[in-house]
Amino acid sequence: MASRLALGMGPNPSQASSPESPPHQGGVGAISGMKAGVSDHKGSSDEECGRSLPFRPGEAAPRRERGARGNPWVNGPLIAVSLAFILIMLIAPLAVVLVEAFSAGVSVYLDAVSDEYALRALVLTLKAASLAIAVNTLFGLTAAWAVTRYAFKGKSLLITVIDIPFSVSPVIAGLIFILTFGRMSWLHPWLDAFGISIVFDTPGIILATIFVTMPFVARELIPTLEARGTDEEQAAALMGAGFLTIFRRVTLPHIRWALIYGVILCSARALGEFGAVSVVSGRLRGKTNTLPLHVEILYNEYKFTAAFAVASLLATAALFILAARVAVEWRSRRAGGEDSGHVR
Amino acid sequence: MYVELRHIHKSFDAVRAARDVSFGVDKGALAALLGPSGSGKTTILRMIAGLQNPDYGDILIDGLRVNDMPPSRRGIGFVFQNYALFRYMTVFDNIAFGLEVRKIPRAAVRDRVSELLALIGLEGFERRYPAQLSGGQKQRVAFARALAPNPSLLLLDEPFAAVDAKVRRELRLWLREMVGRLGVTSIFVTHDQDEAVEAADTIIVTNQGVVEQLGRPAELYKDPATPFVAGFIGDSTPLDDVTALKGFEGEAAPGAVRPEFIRILPPGEVGQYPNCLEEAVVEGILFRGAWLEVRLAVGGISLPARYPLEDPPLTVGDAVRVMIYRLYAFVGERVILRQNAGLRGMNSDYAYSI
Repeated sequence: MASRLALGMGPNPSQASSPESPPHQGGVGAISGMKAGVSDHKGSSDEECGRSLPFRPGEAAPRRERGARGNPWVNGPLIAVSLAFILIMLIAPLAVVLVEAFSAGVSVYLDAVSDEYALRALVLTLKAASLAIAVNTLFGLTAAWAVTRYAFKGKSLLITVIDIPFSVSPVIAGLIFILTFGRMSWLHPWLDAFGISIVFDTPGIILATIFVTMPFVARELIPTLEARGTDEEQAAALMGAGFLTIFRRVTLPHIRWALIYGVILCSARALGEFGAVSVVSGRLRGKTNTLPLHVEILYNEYKFTAAFAVASLLATAALFILAARVAVEWRSRRAGGEDSGHVR
Repeated sequence: MYVELRHIHKSFDAVRAARDVSFGVDKGALAALLGPSGSGKTTILRMIAGLQNPDYGDILIDGLRVNDMPPSRRGIGFVFQNYALFRYMTVFDNIAFGLEVRKIPRAAVRDRVSELLALIGLEGFERRYPAQLSGGQKQRVAFARALAPNPSLLLLDEPFAAVDAKVRRELRLWLREMVGRLGVTSIFVTHDQDEAVEAADTIIVTNQGVVEQLGRPAELYKDPATPFVAGFIGDSTPLDDVTALKGFEGEAAPGAVRPEFIRILPPGEVGQYPNCLEEAVVEGILFRGAWLEVRLAVGGISLPARYPLEDPPLTVGDAVRVMIYRLYAFVGERVILRQNAGLRGMNSDYAYSI
């Protein structure tokens, strides 16, 4: 149970793909497709409108104001219900994890955390997560670039395919790898001949992690690149800049926060992934056990304190990622403000 | 000819953006590609820049065929419609970019950027970001950025479209002066005839992928070569049949008339040539500052004309007499300037000469 809760701290995929969640796209995203300069101007004037004339009737007033003017007899209970829900569903379980983890004292906690199998699980988790992040960052950049910069056949198909890991259950994702690389697969004899073992081994876990975290970076980058247009890159190319110079000096500064945000979401999911990894891992203790799997094993063995202690590692990681996310959101909103402000 | 296009063809799927386009621009000239939207003018500019390739035909810059030369080697500066300034770079870095990618020493880059900042009158703006500039300032930075590597040809895509009307007028005079001072051959795209007339030495009128006419602004104005140019340049009113008007009887032909071809006789004035005067009714009066724009109903035709402020005032519904001095008649693809028959043989040029 505890491991489930810790996993719950990971970001919700549907949230990540919804158009509203990445705040750094702000005003620009809303009117994507317009030319860059125009959209900047639009964005700022909308903001100003919202700031100085919040109550103009018929205009799209900011949500905040509309809420504040609503009926307090409706607002009060609504806010109370949301807060209670958040408390019961998110904060209380997290607190329980921490309380349970330390219930038998700090020494028991440290023992559980520094247990050899726990450490090996931690190393494997970090290995899989860092590889998944590296691969998916590269993939995300390439795919987003291709989708937004070139017209080619099968482009809309590619955009749809990128989302598959979000729509497929992680368990099925794990099964896909068993069927592709396992004993029943026609690939198996060939892999065996080269001494490559994928399923029930580290490569399988890494593949499964890469699979489930694939969309995050690409999903963040595509709208950002799309909203921006290609003018600046074309201008740079006309002046004789090479691809790398254009990417480093023109494209990257623009997508930096979206990229970091995508990597953060990707890390959160990679660290906490349970379903897909659980199917391909085979759960060999000290060999193919990741931290979430380790938590479950401990829990099933009635080692509750140890289970909560290890779970607290994941929960702490989740909290750090959450903090990083808030920081990036804040920073990118500020960057966005600089970007669209002062247009006069 | 510094820039020359020879029989250029370009199609996008079913749209033919350029059909046998041929023209040349002299060294040091400021030329305008003028046409309605969708006339192919931007495509032509982008083909000169190398952002698009023609399907057929040759593009020559300084006598050299550049079709297969990458854009960065053509020695051009390009100003984009929305400037496309690098928004995450300061004004300084924007202007320096083209020099830095050419591996020019830092000190030389700094000197060149300061020189350009002085030229565009934006000293002290080095550390600003594009978002902190006004439209006119952005335009000037884009201009400086395009000029930094010393291009021999400057291409501008709708350079004034993104600034408001007041700044626009100021900017086009500024551009004209700048280009004149630097002597760099320049071609700009516009859909606004005032802009082209005011800024350019040469205007190339395009329509539906075809070059309709090339000439000095006054030439285009006075001698439109095609019905399209006659209708597009000046505030022309199309006529279904010019012979419906008094003094233009003869072979039926469609045509066009401009407000300055029409004179409204002040009430009470008898007129020198009573036999070629039209009877008209004032339909509407619009104050235009230096003159009144009067909409006249002449027979079944509605025509705009100008009326001086100092003449006796008119009111809507007044019956007036008007003199139509001349108009354009379209015979096939040719444009013929027809004089009012009643004036023939007289000194008819006194009212209209450029």
